[in-house]
Amino acid sequence: MDLTVIWAFIIAFAVFAYVVMDGFDLGIGILFPTVRVGQGRDRAMNSIAPVWDGNETWLVLGGGGLFAAFPLAYAVILPATYPLIIAMLLGLVFRGVAFEYRWRDPGHRAFWDAAFFGGSLVAAMAQGMTLGALLQGIEVVDRSYAGSWFDWLTPYTLLCGLGVVAGYALLGSTWLIWKLDGGAQKHARYLALRAAIATIVLMGAVSLYNIFLNAEYADRWLTAPEIYFAAPVPILTGLVALSMIQAIRKERNSKPFWLAIALFFAGTLGLGVTMWPYVVPPGVTIWDAAAPESSQIFMLVGVAITMPLIIGYTAWAYWVFRGKVDDEGYH
Amino acid sequence: MFDQLDALLLARIQFAFTVSFHFFFPAFSIGLASYLAVLEGLWLKTGKQVYLDLFKYWLKIFAIAFAMGVVSGIVMSYQFGTNWSVFSDVAGPVIGPLMAYEVLTAFFLEAGFLGVMLFGMNKVGRKLHYTATLMVALGTFVSAFWILSVNSWMQTPVGHIIGENGQLLPGGSWWDIVFNPSFPYRLVHTVMAAYLTTAFVVGGVGAWHLLKERKDGTANPHARKMFSMAMWMAAIVTPAQIFAGDLHGLNTLEHQPAKVMAMEGHFDSHPEGAPLILFGIPDSEEKTVKYAIEIPKASSLILKHDLNAPMDGLDTIPDDEEPPVGMVFWSFRIMVGIGFAMLGIGLWSLYGRARKRLYDMPWLHRAAVLMAPSGFAAVLAGWITTEVGRQPYVIYGLLRTADAASPLDAPAVAASLLAFIIVYFTVFGIGVWYILRLMSKTPHSGEPDAMEGDSGPIRTAGITPGPTQNPGHDEPLPAHKEDV
Repeated sequence: MDLTVIWAFIIAFAVFAYVVMDGFDLGIGILFPTVRVGQGRDRAMNSIAPVWDGNETWLVLGGGGLFAAFPLAYAVILPATYPLIIAMLLGLVFRGVAFEYRWRDPGHRAFWDAAFFGGSLVAAMAQGMTLGALLQGIEVVDRSYAGSWFDWLTPYTLLCGLGVVAGYALLGSTWLIWKLDGGAQKHARYLALRAAIATIVLMGAVSLYNIFLNAEYADRWLTAPEIYFAAPVPILTGLVALSMIQAIRKERNSKPFWLAIALFFAGTLGLGVTMWPYVVPPGVTIWDAAAPESSQIFMLVGVAITMPLIIGYTAWAYWVFRGKVDDEGYH
Repeated sequence: MFDQLDALLLARIQFAFTVSFHFFFPAFSIGLASYLAVLEGLWLKTGKQVYLDLFKYWLKIFAIAFAMGVVSGIVMSYQFGTNWSVFSDVAGPVIGPLMAYEVLTAFFLEAGFLGVMLFGMNKVGRKLHYTATLMVALGTFVSAFWILSVNSWMQTPVGHIIGENGQLLPGGSWWDIVFNPSFPYRLVHTVMAAYLTTAFVVGGVGAWHLLKERKDGTANPHARKMFSMAMWMAAIVTPAQIFAGDLHGLNTLEHQPAKVMAMEGHFDSHPEGAPLILFGIPDSEEKTVKYAIEIPKASSLILKHDLNAPMDGLDTIPDDEEPPVGMVFWSFRIMVGIGFAMLGIGLWSLYGRARKRLYDMPWLHRAAVLMAPSGFAAVLAGWITTEVGRQPYVIYGLLRTADAASPLDAPAVAASLLAFIIVYFTVFGIGVWYILRLMSKTPHSGEPDAMEGDSGPIRTAGITPGPTQNPGHDEPLPAHKEDV
């Protein structure tokens, strides 16, 4: 078994875990202005307060794991998307401290709620645009970024940014359906339906754009024999999307959230089909960027031991705070 | 308009700025997490309300400090790539795995249990809650373990080979890399520094409320307890820290002699015993320390344990390998000076304790208030000493700082630096203000829980989930929840 391939899957898993878990946190931030001031916002915030920090840790694992397993990719992608990464980091600063600050300073709660919204929106947009910048290709010469400073800003990257914002809003609103009740839940359903439609439309648009973006991507999706492997992905995506909309309409409790995750999973599969085996399209493969075997093995031991534990105690923490958020809140 | 040097200098300033800001929070939260674990443990053991009250009092402060540490830490984990891409590519195979281990064994542990620690007291049994607190404390320590291993490897790199493409690759034993020569010393010195930083903050807050107590004329058992605990730490840990610092210095002399020469201000070699320069103004142009006040041969005595031991000076080091002397010389003296001031407070408190007047010594209390932030200053000064002292290298002897940066243009780095400065001063300034406001509140019996606002509890705090509870009523918290 090729260790580099294993590591590509581990990093992909970390990124997927991040996108889903911090996705619903950030999505709640993005939707925050539409949530009623007072009890509504307090409950929405309390539904994620105990878990957001753990969720965000997957971002550090994604970044740190990339650094460790594919150092060249880390050293190329981050300078190439410099303004986006800085914007994301600053956005995460604002939304992260808002969790604490809004309780400590009721006089300025409106300000920290706005910071929570703005920080979440900027972080989500920057993440989507970074993905877009990666997919549209990064110019590399002599193990170093060689493009110009605004390569990351194109209609395509903006489209990807909007797609991620909509997707996170979908995750956030379906999470709120699960965790809230009464009028707040009804409002979450209203939001979820709209976010679902926006997400599906933008996913479709990005997928079509991909085909025109790069001949290799087009080959992969449209010619035999690749098409036999690739075709199930859009079909699966479509089925998931339809049943998710059904679940929202039928006022199901947790099902919309799980199906939103499934939609993201299908999207990640599509992304994998598109990018494989490149970690930095169009020129750097996972093998070009991989760390030496000794590093891969050393880390694999750590992942094998710690990952089951991490998943175990993370699941336990979610279990402790299960069920609807009530006014008693978390103390 | 800008040349390469400017972009490099800006990137260095940005890293120094963001890492200095970041380290204030872990320096505080490593110690505070342990203190909280001690408080909760004592509460479980003795059942005394005062420990639970103090736990809740400091937990609110911990929550803010921890949040600031998390968000400023994520910036660090990406900044290696954004601004130091050559370094990342070259060193990634060796230090990347250590940092991945930090995420896997420390960050997840802290973050996974933090939610239960902060908000779970009424959701899980006492023992489980205590386990969560212990895991968070353990996580802060494990995090320090890995990141200091990385930093130490960059100071004293071993166990690597140089690959064909110029990358540094693991050469065999990961044990050698993780436990590189300066790591044990740096780990002990840094963790004790974090404990002292926290102890002096706790002591300062306790002393502040003791001074208020004196004015009010009512005894405050909470302030007394935290002041007493902090003074024990000052009295016991400070001497140990000075001893550990000395050993760390000897280790540096062995592996990075130029850094010690800069710390000592030794521009010239001293074949017959080097003087200890207490104060003076280092002049790198003229390669001399002006207005030096020195003790003859004392440096040789401290560093070599022999009055007449010869000591090399910076004249034996090529100019382009010398660290900037002034900064290292001064930051070292600030750190050492604060260390001895801490020792003074510790001894003073022992004297007071022996005379049973610990809570009745306003001048000690005033001094403790003054010294409350001293740990942060010492920690920062210590890091400046070691980081500036290893220049011009980022990986000692292997990769120069000047060769490690990303191919970014100066305007891009200038813009991000400016954004970091504005955002950090605003956001973290406000956070520190909130912390100070919490500290200024008198700790009392029935401390409210973490998520209650300053204008009284925002939500109620009953044991059982009650749908009819009235938000905003002012009932104090029950002491604890029975185990289920």
